[in-house]
Amino acid sequence: MSFEDWYRQDRLPHIFCAGCGNGTIINCTLAAIEQMAWKKEETVFVSGIGCSSRAPGYIAADSLHTTHGRAIAFATGVKLANPELNVVVFTGDGDLAAIGGNHFIHGCRRNIDITVICMNNQIYGMTGGQGSPTTPLGCFSSTTPFGCAEAPFDLCELAIAAGANYVSRWTSYHVKELEKAVYAGLQTPGFSFIEALVQCPTAFGRRNKFKQVGDQVDYLRTHSMLKAKHDRLLEQGEHIPPDMFVVGELVRRNRPVPGVKI
Amino acid sequence: MTRIEFWQGNTACAEGALAAGCRFFGGYPITPSTEVAEHMAVKLPKKNGIFIQMEDEIASIASVIGASWTGARAMTATSGPGFSLMMENIGFAAMTETPCVIVNVQRGGPSTGQPTMGAQGDMMQCRFGSHGDYSIIALCPASVQEMYELTAKAFNLADEYRVPVFLMADEVVGHMREKIVIPDSVPYVSRKALVKGTLPFKADSDLIPGFPQFGKGYGVHVTGLTHDERGYPCATNPKLHEALVMRLVDKIESARHKIADYEILNPDAEEVFIAYGAPVRTVQQLMHDQQDKTLGFLRIRTVWPFPEFALKEFKNARRFLVPEMNLGQIAREIERHVQVPVVSLPKLGGDLHTPAELLTALEAR
Repeated sequence: MSFEDWYRQDRLPHIFCAGCGNGTIINCTLAAIEQMAWKKEETVFVSGIGCSSRAPGYIAADSLHTTHGRAIAFATGVKLANPELNVVVFTGDGDLAAIGGNHFIHGCRRNIDITVICMNNQIYGMTGGQGSPTTPLGCFSSTTPFGCAEAPFDLCELAIAAGANYVSRWTSYHVKELEKAVYAGLQTPGFSFIEALVQCPTAFGRRNKFKQVGDQVDYLRTHSMLKAKHDRLLEQGEHIPPDMFVVGELVRRNRPVPGVKI
Repeated sequence: MTRIEFWQGNTACAEGALAAGCRFFGGYPITPSTEVAEHMAVKLPKKNGIFIQMEDEIASIASVIGASWTGARAMTATSGPGFSLMMENIGFAAMTETPCVIVNVQRGGPSTGQPTMGAQGDMMQCRFGSHGDYSIIALCPASVQEMYELTAKAFNLADEYRVPVFLMADEVVGHMREKIVIPDSVPYVSRKALVKGTLPFKADSDLIPGFPQFGKGYGVHVTGLTHDERGYPCATNPKLHEALVMRLVDKIESARHKIADYEILNPDAEEVFIAYGAPVRTVQQLMHDQQDKTLGFLRIRTVWPFPEFALKEFKNARRFLVPEMNLGQIAREIERHVQVPVVSLPKLGGDLHTPAELLTALEAR
């Protein structure tokens, strides 16, 4: 089976804007799933509300497009009630970290065997560009017209602290690395969390001096720092610019995974 | 062999669910429903089922809906504040036609109110609490026996009509202990499976589509957005939205007679009591004390959809008296359907109506 067979062709065209990074993340995920040799009939995609959460609608497997923020709670029910199913959650920064923050940390703590992929565009895209819990300090959105005054969440640090078994961060630029990370996440028993920073030209880019789609992708590339380099600089006591973010595999561990077969 | 037990209402509720084949419970502790969860926590793992204590009631009902899509009979139990939190996902279950059972052991509200005292203040919330138009089924037990039987029945109704079904109990019935006769088995109605090759949200003549269980190769898309018969979002077509919402309502409302569960005593009476839940017991006491055939009684177990046709059976009725542990939520519903006066007998605070109070109301003409 080719990974294109995972798409619902009768659902095209999709709703994502021109230049949106979400499609890249869906492609990487499906490529990783293809590598896992999972079958469609044993795979379930769950999502909440937002641009990212539209992803399951385009995938030709059982899919549950739920309420805002609650995808992980729904996915917990699916996975526990039928542990034979492979469960993947697509979410976004608003869905996961704002309205769904509680379900996110408890999902990590419980360490249910699901994989959560967060398309972090640092803004509410579907509602037209409001600030989110990951909008960087000083960045503009329709609800932070004078620049965001609140510090953003580091979603990966949150997942690590809360107990997820696998955590990594990449961007829509790092296609190969992201695919490998998703593959590793799918393989790791327990809660796997992969954050993928994505460009959002329509809601974020145009308000924040990214005139072209490529400008924002290039920003993601130039502002990502490999974990090894980050750790080395930290060890050497060197300055790490605050606008840099760490990419790579941040945690892989073996905390106990609950799950009783019905 | 039937057996006799002396159980608390909440225990009977959990046991009724287990007898009906419930294999998933997602819940969150809240007085006065917690014993249902505690009992399930002990019993479900022994039956190869799943008990999970979620982080809040929003997550509880979400996990229940997720479990239901894998084909499991799934339930949650809560009370007022938790019930309020569940409302959005209850609408999701109605929109996606997900069978699930929600137990609400009602306590005094609004807000935190009276955690340990009985009430019936959520009767309208269970009918209309989530946004938009939809229909649900709600059952009201008045005894420990009915906590068992109606919980089991709730699963059958949920699976048959693909709808959230509420067991609207109250603290009085949930916490009382009394004799209960446990049957050998309870009736079982299975979920109608989707015929492979048919559209997942195309309803049959009964207005209910077959269930495309996850993991069976249907590749179904389930969304809370307005969707077409394929299950695909189609949120800007006015006619499609209207047809979908009308079907969700009609599949329940058109089956009102079939769903209805009520008892009629002395249909020729002029003075008729109507009750559901705990106040039923006071009316029964009064009828027992009076031995008076001039008193009629309509005792309702399925409050929603409301069986208004039952009212017509009291042809000589000159007055309906409705004791409720709220400010007349169902009395107002009854008023919509009858020409004669409806006397609401509200009682707040958690105490049951006394027979004397009902007698006083009866004598005040």
